[in-house]
Amino acid sequence: MQPVITTEKLTKRFGHFIAANELTFEVGKGEIFGFLGANGAGKTTAMRMLCGLLTPTSGKASIAGFDVYTQTEKIKRRIGYMSQKFSLYDDLTVAENIRFYGGIYGMATRQIKDKTTELLQELQLQNEAKTLVRELPLGWKQKLSFSVSIVHGPDIVFLDEPTGGVDPVTRRQFWDLIYHAADKGVTVFVTTHYMDEAEYCNRVSIMVDGVIAALDSPANLKQQFGSDSMEDVFYELARNAKRKAD
Amino acid sequence: MITLDNITKTYNKGTVTAVKDISFSVNPGELFGLIGPDGAGKSTLFRILTTLLLADTGAASVNGFDVVKDYREIRKGVGYMPGKFSLYQDLTIEENLNFFATVFGTTIKENYDLIKDIYQQIEPFKDRRAGKLSGGMKQKLALCCALIHKPAVLFLDEPTTGVDVVSRKEFWEMLKRLKAQGITILVSTPYMDEANLCDRIALIQKGKILSIDTPAGIIKSFPDRLYAVKSAKTHQLLIDVRSFPGTVTCFAFGDSLHATFKDNQEGGLLPYLQSKGHADASMQPIVPGIEDCFIHLLKE
Amino acid sequence: MSWPGTLNVKPINMKQLLIFIRKEFLHVFRDRKTLLMLFGLPIAQIVLFGFALSNEIKDSKIVVADYSKDAVTRQIINKIASSKYFDLEQSLQSATQLETAFKKGTIKMAVIFPENFGNDLIHTGKATIQVIADASDPNLATTITNYITQIITDYNAQLGNNSGQPLQIVPEVQMLYNPELRGAPNFVPGVMALVLMLVCTMMTSVAIVKEKELGTMEILLVSPFKTIYIIIAKLAPNLIISVINLFIILILSSVFLDLPVKGSVLLLVFDSILFILTSLSIGLLLSISAKTQQAAMMGSLMGMMLPTMLLTGFLFPIENMPLAMQWLSNIVPSRWYFIIIKKVMLKGLGFSSVWKETLILSGMCLLLFAISLRRFKIRLQ
Repeated sequence: MQPVITTEKLTKRFGHFIAANELTFEVGKGEIFGFLGANGAGKTTAMRMLCGLLTPTSGKASIAGFDVYTQTEKIKRRIGYMSQKFSLYDDLTVAENIRFYGGIYGMATRQIKDKTTELLQELQLQNEAKTLVRELPLGWKQKLSFSVSIVHGPDIVFLDEPTGGVDPVTRRQFWDLIYHAADKGVTVFVTTHYMDEAEYCNRVSIMVDGVIAALDSPANLKQQFGSDSMEDVFYELARNAKRKAD
Repeated sequence: MITLDNITKTYNKGTVTAVKDISFSVNPGELFGLIGPDGAGKSTLFRILTTLLLADTGAASVNGFDVVKDYREIRKGVGYMPGKFSLYQDLTIEENLNFFATVFGTTIKENYDLIKDIYQQIEPFKDRRAGKLSGGMKQKLALCCALIHKPAVLFLDEPTTGVDVVSRKEFWEMLKRLKAQGITILVSTPYMDEANLCDRIALIQKGKILSIDTPAGIIKSFPDRLYAVKSAKTHQLLIDVRSFPGTVTCFAFGDSLHATFKDNQEGGLLPYLQSKGHADASMQPIVPGIEDCFIHLLKE
Repeated sequence: MSWPGTLNVKPINMKQLLIFIRKEFLHVFRDRKTLLMLFGLPIAQIVLFGFALSNEIKDSKIVVADYSKDAVTRQIINKIASSKYFDLEQSLQSATQLETAFKKGTIKMAVIFPENFGNDLIHTGKATIQVIADASDPNLATTITNYITQIITDYNAQLGNNSGQPLQIVPEVQMLYNPELRGAPNFVPGVMALVLMLVCTMMTSVAIVKEKELGTMEILLVSPFKTIYIIIAKLAPNLIISVINLFIILILSSVFLDLPVKGSVLLLVFDSILFILTSLSIGLLLSISAKTQQAAMMGSLMGMMLPTMLLTGFLFPIENMPLAMQWLSNIVPSRWYFIIIKKVMLKGLGFSSVWKETLILSGMCLLLFAISLRRFKIRLQ
């Protein structure tokens, strides 16, 4: 496995509080990596460090070959990010959003044009190119948001609970897009509350109280905990978590 | 206990339809689930029933009171937990609870028994400000505040959204215990798996009801035979099963695929898959879940 | 999707910057409210300051009392009358009458020519004119006394040229109510009106809209708690705090600015509470239509602070405004409150002098409360 993310005892402290505690793991190229954990377990902190948005307190990490302390600008160019609140501008059209993001990621005009046509076709949004994003149904917004987050061909894309509140069919269409991207070699780092989505991942890590309590493929984890589903595995690990109040 | 008759509500001068022609009823003491994704119209229905919005057409009543004419009566006797977290962030747990008790004309002491189960879980933190609580704890606090006056009917709008699996499970345990005390509960959720925990459910999407029945009833009405297909290479499997000519529908469900086939053509699937390189492919009939039914109903 | 094989993403360049800037323009142009402000505001300001508001003193109401009625006085009075600065009324008024007129605020200045003015001038070479000005607005007083002085000086020069003898007409200037011409007597009342108005309007509207934004308003509505109590609870803290603020301002201005309340403190407090209640109900009205706290604040600033600052009369004299704006200023509550404060605090007048303004303020208060209570939404839409 060719690692695109490598961490070694990555830690973040806020005063006395250790949000993320000595995280050590690797994620390979083209892998779909599920990053699970209860609220307050330290997921967001960990993700922010990997995106270069938060400086770690100690430990090492390298993203797409760049060091997380000294080369955050380079990291930001090699990754994509989609948050649950989406990252699109409601008062711009579909095409304008694509053009904007292509532009700030440094793509050439010709490339942006080609990419726009490609994206619109793939998502079947050709007729909506001039529609304001706020008028799109939720499911389309999400799919567009994902496509925009990888418009510049990053090595890794971070998805923060991308399928919240969407109907079951659209959710699966979204995962089709994720699979497609992974096939092309993009590493997908996704967090989610839907446990069935955990099963779509190649490997899953579960954070509890700031540490990684488990990391393996869904099949292995289920065997290890003697469970039928990822939901039961998660429940086993998370229910004794001490950080319930935070 | 709760009835809706042909309720329709539009926004933006009729250009956006939130709910269309909704009719159903909830019996006293029932735990009724409104299941559907964002934008389905769940919040709109809640707001109409709690008298916060007026429907364009149709009638609705809660405990015999009309939502339009008798809104004051309804407002006195229901508990409501709106979608967004709606407590005072800069007040402590105890202060919030005291405030809502006063607003409802009661005290914490009076109805402590009712909320004891839930409150005891957050009581150790009663001096902590509500804004600094985790999602699960906020939920519990909100539930206490909605219950403090011993309402006959409880309206819970997406109480488990955005909350982790453990807290969700605990929450539904609490709901069951409340139901046992005779409180009628109307709860909405986008999580299909929670549907099974209700007495009856209504599946709703884009302002229309797809189906109303007990979970078992809905499952029974699934028209086709459903199969779970598995292999080691799930993603490739998805592509291959979909390319099999006998397949009607095929959707990913965790580590397996749920598929339906044309009349009696399922037999040809395994050989087809093996020829595509899935040496370990397996297939067996399964009982559909609520999500399978929802997906099926969406197609129509 | 296909990945260009060697997509070499370069560091930020001009083109990226331009694309970002372009996006910002799109945001601005698609937001009607921002557009209105960006283009409407400069235009409105030019119109206002160019045509309507000015610090220029024109047509100030003055009384000229001529006890001498000779050729000299007639000449001087003609000069005064022909000046655009003054709106002259010639009448013989007793000292008491003049005092009343000043107290009521109907005149800003009195020019009195004593008996035998002309004779004194010719025989002794010197005569005095009494000039009394209402200095509660020290700027105004200074300006108009300067005008008078200028006219007299010019006349002096003219006389000197004609007769070859130095003749002196000396204006004896008396500044009423504010002999030291301090700024405080003018701006303290203005600040009081502004501060109380702003705090009450803005804080009230924001407090109510905040509940709407947070979603807690929903729960409050779906409860047996009567809406009227919600409103009272929202208004009460602002009322109390504003009264405290009032006392702080009065104490501070009395101790540090040497500006005590000359009249009845009770009357002042009563009228202040009336004004506070009026401002509170405006805040209530604003909260009904605003959807976000930001909108509530903007509404308070644009809708209330601006008219208050411009049309109360302490920065720009109302008398100098175009008729339309003078009429408009009549519906700004702070205009009436400002008059009351000046009369009670600076001139020491009693209820008999401010009953009209008090009545108007009460009327506004009741009306606004009635409207806002009726329109307060018991539902979400």
